[in-house]
Amino acid sequence: MRQLRYAQAINEGLRQLMADDPDIFVVGEDIRHSLRGLTRGLAAEFGHDRVVDMPISEAAFTGLATGAAMSGMRPVVEYQIGALGFVAFDQLVDQAMKLPYMTGGQCTVPVTYIFPASGFRSGLAGQHSDQLYPYLMHAGMKVVIPSNAGDAKGLLVAAIRSDDPVAYFAPAALLAARGPVPEDLVEVPLGKGAVVREGSSVTVIAVGHLVAETLRVAADLEAEGISLHVYDPRTLLPLDLEGLEAAVRKTGRVVVFDDSNLICGFAGEVAALIAEHWFDALKGPVKRIGRATVPVPFSPFLDKAIVPTGETLKQVVLSMAHSASLGAVA
Amino acid sequence: MPGLQGRQLLDAYRAMVRIRLFEERVRDRVNANDIPGVCHEYIGQEAVAVGVCTALRESDVITSTHRGHGHVIAKGGATNRMMAELYGRVDGYNRGKGGSMHIADVSLGIYGANGIVGAGLPIAAGAAWTSKRKGTGVVAVPFFGDGASNQGVVHETMNMAAIFKLPMVFVCENNLYAISASFREMSSVEHVHTRAAAYGMHGEAVDGMDVEAVHEAASRLVERARRGDGPSLLECKTYRLVGHFTAEQALGLSYRPKEEVAEWTKRDPLLVGEASLLRQGVASAEDLEQVRAEVAAEIDAATEFAQASAWPPFDEALAHMYADATAARPMRGW
Repeated sequence: MRQLRYAQAINEGLRQLMADDPDIFVVGEDIRHSLRGLTRGLAAEFGHDRVVDMPISEAAFTGLATGAAMSGMRPVVEYQIGALGFVAFDQLVDQAMKLPYMTGGQCTVPVTYIFPASGFRSGLAGQHSDQLYPYLMHAGMKVVIPSNAGDAKGLLVAAIRSDDPVAYFAPAALLAARGPVPEDLVEVPLGKGAVVREGSSVTVIAVGHLVAETLRVAADLEAEGISLHVYDPRTLLPLDLEGLEAAVRKTGRVVVFDDSNLICGFAGEVAALIAEHWFDALKGPVKRIGRATVPVPFSPFLDKAIVPTGETLKQVVLSMAHSASLGAVA
Repeated sequence: MPGLQGRQLLDAYRAMVRIRLFEERVRDRVNANDIPGVCHEYIGQEAVAVGVCTALRESDVITSTHRGHGHVIAKGGATNRMMAELYGRVDGYNRGKGGSMHIADVSLGIYGANGIVGAGLPIAAGAAWTSKRKGTGVVAVPFFGDGASNQGVVHETMNMAAIFKLPMVFVCENNLYAISASFREMSSVEHVHTRAAAYGMHGEAVDGMDVEAVHEAASRLVERARRGDGPSLLECKTYRLVGHFTAEQALGLSYRPKEEVAEWTKRDPLLVGEASLLRQGVASAEDLEQVRAEVAAEIDAATEFAQASAWPPFDEALAHMYADATAARPMRGW
C-alpha cells in the first residue's frame, strides 16, 4: 500500500469526504492557508464557504458548528492549538454534547472537533501542550486518537460520518509520521481497538503517539527476553471492552501508557475497569503511566521530568520484570 | 411595513394572555412543590416574544434563554407538552429530560431554552449559516437579556454574524436587571443597541411593552435579514413584573425600587394591548374577557394533561446520549 504522512492522510480523507458530501464544511483559524497542513489545498478546491477562516472566537465558532449541525450541516472544527478547547468549553460540553440528550432526542449534533498537534512539543510550554481528552470523556464525548496514518484517515471517516459530536485528537508527534493509507474512504469503526503487536510477557495499552514509542521499547526489550503485547484502543470513548479484556488476559500484567495527566486521566479509568471486571486475570497490580499534573515547563531539560516517554515505559516494565522474574518466564 | 391588523392583533393578545396565564399557573405549581425545581417567569415581557415571533415564519429558528417559556409559546409551542415537560413527565417536549431551562421543539425551529446566559447566540448563528449556505431563507433570532450583553460569546457572535452577513436578528430583552444587578451598574453604555455599531451592524431600540411596536420593528429587521442585508440588533426595553425566579418572593430580595416597579406595572403589555384593541375597535371588553376565559381553560387542560402524564420509564435516563447504539456510561460498572 502507498505511504502517506499522518497529516496528509487526514487531508486526503477530508478532501474525499467533502467531495462526497456538500454539507461538510471546516471552520477554524488559519485553515485556508493551513498552518497545520490538514486543510492544505482544500480552500482552493472547495471555496471559502466550505473552508472557513474564523475570527479568534473559539466559543462562538464552536457554537456555530452546533447550530449548523442541528439544522442539517456536518461541520468540522479545527482547533489550531489543543488548549483552545478550554476557551470553547461551555459550547463543547454544556451545549453540543448535551443538546441531543436534553431535548429528549429531538436533534443530533454531528460535529467533528479536530485537535491537531495536540499534546507535547518541546519548547511550547504550559498553555500549548495539554491533552484535553479526559475532560471531554468526562462529559461523555466520543474521543478518537489515531496512532498511525492509516487509522488517521479511517477514524476521520468514522468521526465525520457519525451523527454524534466526536473529538478527534491528532498528536503533534505523529503529524509527520508515514504509514500505509488506503486510497479509498475506508472507515475504521468507532469503538474498535487493535492489537498492534503480539507478545506474551506484559500488555501495554498505549494511546496515540505512545503506540509507536511502545513498539520501539518492545524491540529493545525483546533482546532482554521480555515480550510486550501492545494494544491500541484507538477510540477512548466508547472503549472496545472486548478487545481490552482480551489484551489484559493475554498476559495478566498490564501497563496503561497515556499522555494525559495521570490524575482522573484515561489510564486511571482503564486501570479501574480492569480491576473491577478482570481482576481474576491479573498477576500483579495494573501500572499507570501518565503526565505529572503540572503545566508543561518550558525548559527542554525539565519537560523530560513530567511527560511520559518510551524511557518511562521501559523503566516501569523492567521493574515489573524484576519483581516477577519476567525474563525467565518469557 | 404593515403592523398587526385586526385579527392578527387579537391573536397576538391571545398569545400574550397564554404566556401570562401559563406563567402564573407555573409559579403556583412550583411553589406548591408540584413542579420540581424553579422557573423563571416571563411575566411582563410578553410583548417581546409575541411581537418578534409574529414577525417570523414557522421555519425560522429561535434560541431562547433561562426565561424561555414565553418564547416557546410565542413560536407556537403547545402549552400541554410544555407543562408536561415542567412536570418532568414523558409527554413533555423533552421527555422530561430538559425541564424549564432546556425546553425545545426543534420541529418548530425552537433550538432550546438555555441555562447558560448568552450561550444560544452562536447556536442561532449556526442555523443562520445553514440558511445562507442552503438558500432556505430561514432567519435565526436569538433572544438574550441585558445580562447576556456582557457575555463574551455574545460579542464574538455579533462580530461573526456581521462579517459573514448572516440572516439574523439579535433580540435583546433589556429588563434592566440581571437577577439583582442593575444594567445601569453593569453596562458601560446606556443602551445595548448602541453596541451594534462596534460590529458595523444596524441597531435600534423599541418599546418592549408594546406588542405592535415590537412587531413592526422585528418585521422590518427580519425582512432585511431575509433579503440578505445582514444581521441587526433589536433592543426591547422591557421589565419583568415579578422576581427573577419563582423562589424570589420567599427570599424577600429588594433590589428594585417600589416606585420603579409600580411605574412599569402601569405599562403592563397586556394592558397596553387591551387598550389598543379597544381603541381600534377590534375587540370589545367582552371579547377580551372571552379570550382570557378560553386561555384559562386551555391552561387548566394543559395542567391536567401534565399531571396525568406518566413518569418517563427508568431506562429513559440513559437514552438519547448518543445518536447510534452506543450505550451511555451507567452509574456503576461498564
